[in-house]
Amino acid sequence: MKASPTPSYSRLARLLWALAWLLLMTHAADAHIIKGEGGGFRSGFLHPWSGWDHIIAMVGVGIWGAQIGAPAIWLLPVIFPIVMSFGGLLGLLNVPLPFGEHSAEYGIAMSGLLLGVMVLGDVHPNRLAQWFFHRDSPEVAARKGKKLGYTLAAVMVGFFGLCHGYAHGRELPPGESGLYYSIGFVIATGTLHACGITLGLVHRWPMGQLALRLCGMAILCGGIYFLQDDIREFSQPAPAAAKTAAAPVAPHVLLHLPS
Amino acid sequence: MSFSIYLPERRRARRLALAAAVLLCLAPGQAQAHLVTTGLGPVYDGIGHFWTSIEDIFPAVALAVLAGLRGPKPGRTTLWALPLAWLLGGVAGLLGPDLPEWPRPVLSGIVAVTFLIPGGLVAADLALPAGVVAGLAAVIGVVHGFLDAQGMLQEGLTVTDGVLQFFGIAVMLFVLVALLAALVISLRYQTARTIFRVAGSWIAASGVLLMGWSLIGVG
Repeated sequence: MKASPTPSYSRLARLLWALAWLLLMTHAADAHIIKGEGGGFRSGFLHPWSGWDHIIAMVGVGIWGAQIGAPAIWLLPVIFPIVMSFGGLLGLLNVPLPFGEHSAEYGIAMSGLLLGVMVLGDVHPNRLAQWFFHRDSPEVAARKGKKLGYTLAAVMVGFFGLCHGYAHGRELPPGESGLYYSIGFVIATGTLHACGITLGLVHRWPMGQLALRLCGMAILCGGIYFLQDDIREFSQPAPAAAKTAAAPVAPHVLLHLPS
Repeated sequence: MSFSIYLPERRRARRLALAAAVLLCLAPGQAQAHLVTTGLGPVYDGIGHFWTSIEDIFPAVALAVLAGLRGPKPGRTTLWALPLAWLLGGVAGLLGPDLPEWPRPVLSGIVAVTFLIPGGLVAADLALPAGVVAGLAAVIGVVHGFLDAQGMLQEGLTVTDGVLQFFGIAVMLFVLVALLAALVISLRYQTARTIFRVAGSWIAASGVLLMGWSLIGVG
């Protein structure tokens, strides 16, 4: 007789699932330390899903990490939320960014573009970094390139996280708790990374690698679109109030009569 | 033949899931203020308070994971240090002078620090000695216990009930640290440990963002 195909869940796993559900389903708790509304969690959680610029970058980070493999697959999602929150902190404190007031928006668009290039080209940062040490012996170049490669990837992803956090971390709806908003925002960002990592797991198959390159192409296109959109929006001078006000139209113009 | 065994188990699992779903739909209620009244006395009210206060849960979870990542010895010391410190901080807050209500951004800032430090240490997976982990747990426990006590006094709770509530919170912390630290210590695969490090980075990131809100005066 064959063994039952039903998966055997341990009691602890069942207990943990039940506990997780209970925690998720609990209503707003007006705790004494933070007397804000729990609705902030919902706003914070939904915010990263509301813009495609944010979505493609988060998913792109996850896919790229999965393409690179360990330890980057976990290193990048560990770094990104912390640096992103630091960007949010800078944004909240109105700390000016070095390249003008719109540099965060340009950085977000560039994040889609560059991550798209990395995913499309299946670029491994170690191999990229080895180019700097091409005059050394192959062993030395490999050793130095490995160290520099992961650092480069972490700095790049960290910079993008800073831009995303700066632009998005400060949009707390009035009357909602900053604590719950922060938690929701970070969890949603991490969930998007997890989506990217899960997608990136198909990298082990040749067809999967091709599919990921197509995803990279889509991310790249998204990045180009957002970049040209930013350039178009921010290069135009702000319309003067006098010009925007509609001038009164003479009756003979309306009726197409000669003046 | 396996099909005949498969069906009853599946039916039983479905029944269990249905019963759990009905219970879950009926279970949650509006949680009023921090003084959760379970109807079972102040000890259980304290347990209820802990599980409805996310600002208490996150630092405790981060400390338990930190202790587990560092090994059995920090796990054992934190198992006692955190609940006892929380209890001591709470009793000190209840018996100490009646302080005026603290501004919300200040409280948020303190909570943010208690998110940031243990969460950041979990994410970094630094090799800390057991004494440092236990010391950190003690400091965070005292701070949270004291803040909890201040809130309880402002809500008009008696000292006796408050102490009993803290006893409930301490028991809950003991159970939480025991289960979570033991789970993390038992992990052998690096990937599984890294998942907890990612969770720590999320807690730290929430703390950084919360610090920003508190610095601009929003709680």
